[in-house]
Amino acid sequence: MRLADLLEFAWRVLRGYPARTLLILVAMGIGVAAVVAVSSIGEGARLYVISQFGSLGTHLVIVLPGRSETAGAMPGVLMGRTPRDLTIEDALALKRSPAIRRIAPLIVGAGDLRVGARVREGPVLGSTAEFVAIRHMEVAQGEFLPEGDPRHSQPVCVIGATVARELFPGRSALGEWVRIGDRRFRVLGVLAAQGESLGFNTDELVIVPLAAAQALFNTDALFRILVEAKSRDQIAAAKDDAEEIIRERHEGKRDVTVITQDAVLATFDRILRALTLAVGGLAAISLAVAGILIMNVMLISVTQRRGEIGLLKALGATGAQIGLAFITEAVLLGLGGAGLGLLVGKLGQLAIGHAYPSVPFTPPWWAVLAAPLTAIATAVLFAVAPARRAARLDPVRALSRR
Amino acid sequence: MIRLHGIERVFHLGGEEVHALRSVTLEIGRGEYVSIMGPSGSGKSTLLNVVGLLDRPSAGRYELDDRDVTDLTDDEQARIRRERIGFVFQFFHLVPRLTAEQNIELPMVLAGIDPAARRARRARLLAEYGLETRARHRPDELSGGQCQRVAIARAMSMRPALILADEPTGNLDRQTGQEVIAVLERVHRDGGTLMLVTHDPEVGARARRRVRMVDGAVVSDERP
Repeated sequence: MRLADLLEFAWRVLRGYPARTLLILVAMGIGVAAVVAVSSIGEGARLYVISQFGSLGTHLVIVLPGRSETAGAMPGVLMGRTPRDLTIEDALALKRSPAIRRIAPLIVGAGDLRVGARVREGPVLGSTAEFVAIRHMEVAQGEFLPEGDPRHSQPVCVIGATVARELFPGRSALGEWVRIGDRRFRVLGVLAAQGESLGFNTDELVIVPLAAAQALFNTDALFRILVEAKSRDQIAAAKDDAEEIIRERHEGKRDVTVITQDAVLATFDRILRALTLAVGGLAAISLAVAGILIMNVMLISVTQRRGEIGLLKALGATGAQIGLAFITEAVLLGLGGAGLGLLVGKLGQLAIGHAYPSVPFTPPWWAVLAAPLTAIATAVLFAVAPARRAARLDPVRALSRR
Repeated sequence: MIRLHGIERVFHLGGEEVHALRSVTLEIGRGEYVSIMGPSGSGKSTLLNVVGLLDRPSAGRYELDDRDVTDLTDDEQARIRRERIGFVFQFFHLVPRLTAEQNIELPMVLAGIDPAARRARRARLLAEYGLETRARHRPDELSGGQCQRVAIARAMSMRPALILADEPTGNLDRQTGQEVIAVLERVHRDGGTLMLVTHDPEVGARARRRVRMVDGAVVSDERP
């Protein structure tokens, strides 16, 4: 039997029993569509998190005070000592590393902002001129904090877009004075609206020079130090250098934690990938259900078409040919179901994407490949038993019934 | 052409042995026209199935064209059915979803004959059996006589040397039955060997050679 004839024969069977064909196609299609849609949600979440991390800065290494490892029985408490603070000197020392491009020490606190009678409480950030470059922020009006020795400061500040709008409604904030706590700062610039990034809204921020923040919050301790490595390859070197330099300065004690953005990102990436695989796998169960449906419907079909099978044998068809005809039917059903499912899955993904435009929903390549392949493989696998039954049918008995 | 030596066919039904064929020995030459008659359950159809290689005898030897075909594998037997034997059944056994011409083409499709040759042979068969106007109709749009003509055209599509007809008129009225017999006899006149199972004495009497069976055994074999 020629391949074209085999396909045509199977095609005519499928067209000859439209209800049965439609039923199987829908079952297969739902399975494939579920895998595609569900995994595209998972993949979308992953890409969303990656892009959010990317907006924090690139080649980022973060130095935090304190060691997040448990070593011994809380030595700090026993010896009556807490971990040493990070200081501006620590931060400046990091510039010695050839792997580090720039650094931005950070102090974070909350303060009351006053302009005339308007009061607004919000986060106040102390940092240096390099902060804006490391965090990939943009200044919409005016300019950012001036360069210079971070140990000395001018009474200036840069404010977020929301702060500017609320404290200076309908007028420019540039050059105006803002009172923070008991100090006055002149507004040098307004940040471009950036929106929320990992739960931190930069539009509500006020940034003052580091030394001013130290005075404002009466502390020398840095909240953390943002470090930008010179390139992606230098991230590891920058991390090692940062640890080493701080250890030297802290009398040989490793009392800081250095994390790289890549490491955090890789963790999220792993978790979300696993999640996507898991939900995709759950959706794939519906494919197995569709497979069982195919088997049952085909077994019924073999019984219904006994006469035809007997006739084909009388006309000279071998058992293998008849089995092959049933398998071909299943392959066509699998292909059709997979195509339908991919289409519906894609439409579903577009619909979800329309509802949540900020998340880049997209089915991962493996799902687009695996779902239809699984559908076809399932269809063939579950068609084997009916095909064998058909191939083995005794022609005399098959023909004796009408 | 056909040589049957001591063919037995035993069915096991609920622990009981039923002898459908008892030591049937029969020789049929090329181009003969043989009717097989007898009451229901006399083994006529079983004999036809054995000759048509649809059923295997429990004992005995069957030679077709001087070749022992008794112990051929299923696939080899399928090949012989395809190339040497044409079947005509009481209930036509047309594939309901296929048109008349597609039904006629079916054996050629199974044999893997290329489409151009199939089309030519199909057109000739449609003309020969007066089915040109019905070519694109499905079986449920055809009369019984037309259905049986389609079935005969299908049986002839591989130009078999042997035609086996099992009660070909059993499901037709008298008039149509006679037409169908006339068509089959034309096949025979063209050189085909025709074996016809029937329990209509009038139909059976037309054959030159008449075999009677009772209880699975051949009881008479009249020839001119």
